[in-house]
Amino acid sequence: MKYLPEAVVVLLAAFVAFLAAAFSQDSLFQQHIGIVSAVLLLGSLLLFRRVRFASAGAEVAEDTSGYMDGVIRYGAIATAFWGVVGFLVGVIVAAQLAFPDLNIEPWLNFGRTRPLHTSAVIFAFGGNALIATSFYVVQRTSRARLFGGNLAWFVFWGYQLFIIMAATGYLLGITQGREYAEPEWYVDLWITIVWVAYLLVFLGTIVKRRESHIYVANWFFLSFIVTIAMLHLVNNMAIPVSFLGVKSYSAFAGVQDALTQWWYGHNAVGFFLTAGFLGMMYYFVPKQAERPVYSYRLSIVHFWGLIFLYIWAGPHHLHYTALPDWAQTLGMVFSIMLWMPSWGGMINGLMTLSGAWDKLRTDPVLRMMVIAVAFYGMSTFEGPMMSIKAVNSLSHYTDWTIGHVHSGALGWNGMISFGALYYLVPKLWNRQRLYSLRLVNWHFWLATLGIVVYAATMWVAGIQQGLMWREYDAQGYLVYSFAESIAAMFPYYVLRMTGGLLFLTGSLIMAYNLYRTIRGDLREEVPMGAEAPAMQLAE
Amino acid sequence: MDLDYQSMRAFADSWGLLYMFLIFLAVVVWAFRPGSRSMSEDAANIPFKENE
Repeated sequence: MKYLPEAVVVLLAAFVAFLAAAFSQDSLFQQHIGIVSAVLLLGSLLLFRRVRFASAGAEVAEDTSGYMDGVIRYGAIATAFWGVVGFLVGVIVAAQLAFPDLNIEPWLNFGRTRPLHTSAVIFAFGGNALIATSFYVVQRTSRARLFGGNLAWFVFWGYQLFIIMAATGYLLGITQGREYAEPEWYVDLWITIVWVAYLLVFLGTIVKRRESHIYVANWFFLSFIVTIAMLHLVNNMAIPVSFLGVKSYSAFAGVQDALTQWWYGHNAVGFFLTAGFLGMMYYFVPKQAERPVYSYRLSIVHFWGLIFLYIWAGPHHLHYTALPDWAQTLGMVFSIMLWMPSWGGMINGLMTLSGAWDKLRTDPVLRMMVIAVAFYGMSTFEGPMMSIKAVNSLSHYTDWTIGHVHSGALGWNGMISFGALYYLVPKLWNRQRLYSLRLVNWHFWLATLGIVVYAATMWVAGIQQGLMWREYDAQGYLVYSFAESIAAMFPYYVLRMTGGLLFLTGSLIMAYNLYRTIRGDLREEVPMGAEAPAMQLAE
Repeated sequence: MDLDYQSMRAFADSWGLLYMFLIFLAVVVWAFRPGSRSMSEDAANIPFKENE
């Protein structure tokens, strides 16, 4: 490939960004767009270095007959990299809560590192995992090469630029204050362009498929892409104060604004972290278990049940607020109905192993996927329960919510992505197998133990917080001040940090294992499930 | 009918609800109709055909 047009376009974009920085309305915009300009300049330099000035005709045409896997290889590496970064920031954030002295102003205090953590794990780690696996799955199940040629590369690099813009913006203090949608208007516009390109690549591949039926994993991936586009556009409707400044104002006001935000926020969970990752489950679990999904018809009902119900559940984030009572009840009822499709899907995933349960003993990758599905079941049981108003009056605003989110995010999203990576990397680099299954086993237990420590600690912490806040004495006065409830959290926060450290350690082991696999190394080890050889004298 | 908040809400929780629910029922009936078994068995095996 020549790269010359791409290099010129990126260079021009860097220059435009430089001009925007020069004429900016405020210093924050100047710094932020300045960073973007520098990143683009670096990108164009890298592209120019790869330009081959061979004479016409001497050019070797790129092979475009098979599947397009280059971009997926980059995606797999980006997933592992951003995963480690996101978990590391998570441990730092947890440490900041336990030891407030670690808040280093202005760039690294909790208010800025917290969105850095959430966006790094959800959008950088999870988003790269989704883009890479969806590109892989849609090609295999459609038996067609990715549509749009280099458009897939634009999606990948455009998405990395979005991650860098979001992350640097948070650290500079640029935010529109909407949870999981913190980036300001100009970053929102950029990700919209990238996302439309993503939709085109995915949909175009489905359109040119050589398989009459669209496999269910693609339904989930497609619903994830389309719904996220819709949610993003509506939630980020805002008027910028200036076209060369950071600040914008939401198109909505008051409780409408709050409901729009949580309609977005909950469906980001429902369609980004659930539907998209279910697409992974419906492909990688059958492949790893080497048997088709337990019930394909149940998967269709799972899909439509999820689509019809999830979109209404958002109001449960606004219990006991100014939101009309009927809307709160609506959110609660739909959340509870979500038990049905969620558990239907979980049973479908788990029962795919029926007749092959013995594989769990010898295949830690499959075990990772299965515990992911189990955590999916657990957190989709817990979530609806917490949406019940009476439960919510105790759990809301406490660390119980944080524990719930992490059992879903670490247990379900994390584990299924790790499983997918362990499946993908040997395939993508044509390796015989992973470097070491024993290391996968270590990763599995460290991650599982980390999640259990995290979730159990946050249950205790959250319930204690909730009870302290509502404790009245005989005269009707509150027994505890808010500061007392924070001081009581200290041991739990330290334990939470420990759980996070275990999880982070597991992910570092994964990064090492994947690195050695890509290099083509094979570790000599006792196979999983086999007896360790007895100690022998030296031969 | 003027499109104020109340009338839109009333429409959503009556006809809108019925419409969505009927579509969902139709999907379930379609998925489990007699004769769908062989189609779904074929579809379930799509992931194992990648190298054809």
